[in-house]
Amino acid sequence: MSNSILEGGTTVAAGATANTVVLSMQQALNRALDEVLAENPKTLVFGEDCGRLGGVFRITDGLQAKHGDQRVFDTPLAESGILGMSVGLAMAGFHPIPEVQFDGFAYPAINQIVCQVARMNYRSRGTLPMPITLRVPSFGGIRAPEHHGESLEALFAHVPGLKVVSPSNPHEAYHLLKYAATRPDPVIFMEPKSRYWQKGDVDPARADAADGAPTGAKVMREGRHLTLVAWGAMVARCLQVAGLAAEDGIDVEVLDLRWLKPIDAGSLAASVRKTRRAVVVHEAPLTSGLGAEVAQLITQACFDTLKAPVERVTGFDVPYPSGDLEDEYIPNIDRILFGIQRVLEYKRG
Amino acid sequence: MDTLPPVASGDVAAPLAPAQLRELYSLMVAVRHLDTSAIAWQRQGLIPGYAPELGQEAAQVGSGYAVDTTRDFVFPTYREMGVARTMGVDMIAYMSTHKATWHGGLYNPLESRLAPIQAVVAGSVLHAVGWAHGQTLDHKDGVALSYFGDGASSQGDVHEAMNFAAVMKAPVVFFVQNNGWAISVPTERQVAGGSVAARAAGYGMPALQIDGDDVVAVVEATRRAFAHARAGNGPVVIEAMTYRRGPHSTSDDPGRYRSLAEERDGAGADPLERFRQRLLTEGIADEAFFAEALAAAKAEEEQIRTGVQALGPRPGAEMFDLVFQETTPTLQAQAASWREESEHV
Ligand SMILES: Cc1ncc(C[n+]2csc(CCOP(=O)(O)OP(=O)(O)O)c2C)c(N)n1
Repeated sequence: MSNSILEGGTTVAAGATANTVVLSMQQALNRALDEVLAENPKTLVFGEDCGRLGGVFRITDGLQAKHGDQRVFDTPLAESGILGMSVGLAMAGFHPIPEVQFDGFAYPAINQIVCQVARMNYRSRGTLPMPITLRVPSFGGIRAPEHHGESLEALFAHVPGLKVVSPSNPHEAYHLLKYAATRPDPVIFMEPKSRYWQKGDVDPARADAADGAPTGAKVMREGRHLTLVAWGAMVARCLQVAGLAAEDGIDVEVLDLRWLKPIDAGSLAASVRKTRRAVVVHEAPLTSGLGAEVAQLITQACFDTLKAPVERVTGFDVPYPSGDLEDEYIPNIDRILFGIQRVLEYKRG
Repeated sequence: MDTLPPVASGDVAAPLAPAQLRELYSLMVAVRHLDTSAIAWQRQGLIPGYAPELGQEAAQVGSGYAVDTTRDFVFPTYREMGVARTMGVDMIAYMSTHKATWHGGLYNPLESRLAPIQAVVAGSVLHAVGWAHGQTLDHKDGVALSYFGDGASSQGDVHEAMNFAAVMKAPVVFFVQNNGWAISVPTERQVAGGSVAARAAGYGMPALQIDGDDVVAVVEATRRAFAHARAGNGPVVIEAMTYRRGPHSTSDDPGRYRSLAEERDGAGADPLERFRQRLLTEGIADEAFFAEALAAAKAEEEQIRTGVQALGPRPGAEMFDLVFQETTPTLQAQAASWREESEHV
């Protein structure tokens, strides 16, 4: 049984239709950007190595050749500069879609993100909206060097004025990016880099009603006994775990939260009111992580029906470790199964 | 460019003796061989990644050679293997970071005088200024040597570091390896104002722009800068002009941003070959010496490879043990549940 998040976890996309194509997440994101650039002449794609190279993950591959070097360009190596410039471009009526090359390098930009991007709309009483879609290759699982795999969602979600979303598969990546890139507010778009090369069905027409509202959470697998709540790369792992649990007769529902801010509390409550038990799974450290927020939302909405306290299976309160210890850090199949066991075996004291 | 004023003559080291020139060559061969081997290790699956420095040997060996490890301190990026080797750092411990064993490497920074390997571009430039200022406060004469690239010079931290250092007259040598590229972006799209060295004037700092492929020129320039800083005259910028051949890292594909012909034209003469010709012409070394240096480099690489191969992952418990000097109850609880669930103890 593999504990590598580079493997396993097939995509649960819309039921195949005439429109369905098979794409990797990298291709799906590239296609979404291509279409956004074509549809809105005010959109701009830029960042370190985004132009000629097409980005170190090739998400912007070919876009400069197609849309020109005024709309898709390389910036100097300065994240604060990239985000600060985005603020000015947004004030000038553009829709910047900047990239920070790796999650850990969003830190040099935090000042601009928190003090400027997130507040300009408020500060200007709505006259200076910040339609900025910041793409951040996120989370671990690829044995990358230090700072090349971090889970910043709680940090971003805590900042008033930002919205945060993370796709879990190519279909989600395509649609969520297209949606985010047409919104008038700043969206932090966290791409699970360990899933970039995973292929899956993409229905560009979004024909399936199961997709729900583009701002909502999405049930990726139905179940009766408990709900696993996850986002990004952890969704695929939870689907894997649900498959294994089913062999033991445990019927797990997997909810892909998708939006980490705002959280779709209604879908969360609906799922847990049905299953009456929940485990939140995330890669970020435990303390003050988003799992606490999710658990509180569940508690508030489902206190009367819960059969056990909401459990969390997360990374630890340690700096993101080197590749050799990554599999110990990222919630693995065993640890998620233990979490499931804890809620199933919970006895009131 | 050379705006560094002459220092009091007693501070300048004597010209390099023939034995030192041969030592420099041996170091460059060792670095070249280890560097190209590390790329092969990555292709063979021994290490997940590596940041090569092919073509930067003269800049690294020459500058590292000027360091006095009894009193100076060096702040590297992720590409200073040649500096580490020149300073005598344990290379198995150094390479461990590329094996994904431990961030920063397993060498002891205090003993080796080399700060942990740094992945954040410009992340350590301000640290160098702080360490250097500490020398002033402690009335010590150590100099901080800060390495970074032309790309890194775009970071705000570099501008803050230069300003701080100049205001405080901190003994820092800002050693910029301008290797022509920041991944796919060429220097002219990265650095405004002509060069990084040109910026020094704005901070009232002297600067040297040097041929970073001439190891002797690099040693001499770095020694001059050290003497200037050590004498209490404040920071210096050295911009060593060099060229990064091949990929930025083992996951990079340079064919997307330049052709092999462009690389050949831009790279100029191979610094190692150039130095070898010079030693031959000046009668300082002969073919037998070169052959011996290569043999030693090969033997050394083999010993390092064996050591790297033998490196197992660190015990998972270290993940928790090394977060704080004084751990917390929460972390202890997490460590306990980790042991239960992952090690089944
Ligand atoms: C703050 C930060 N942003 C982005 C990166 C990703 N990255 C790693 S190396 C690099 C280019 C660095 O160029 P330069 O400073 O010229 O040094 P070189 O790699 O050429 O030696 C980039 C963009 C990073 N490591 N740190």
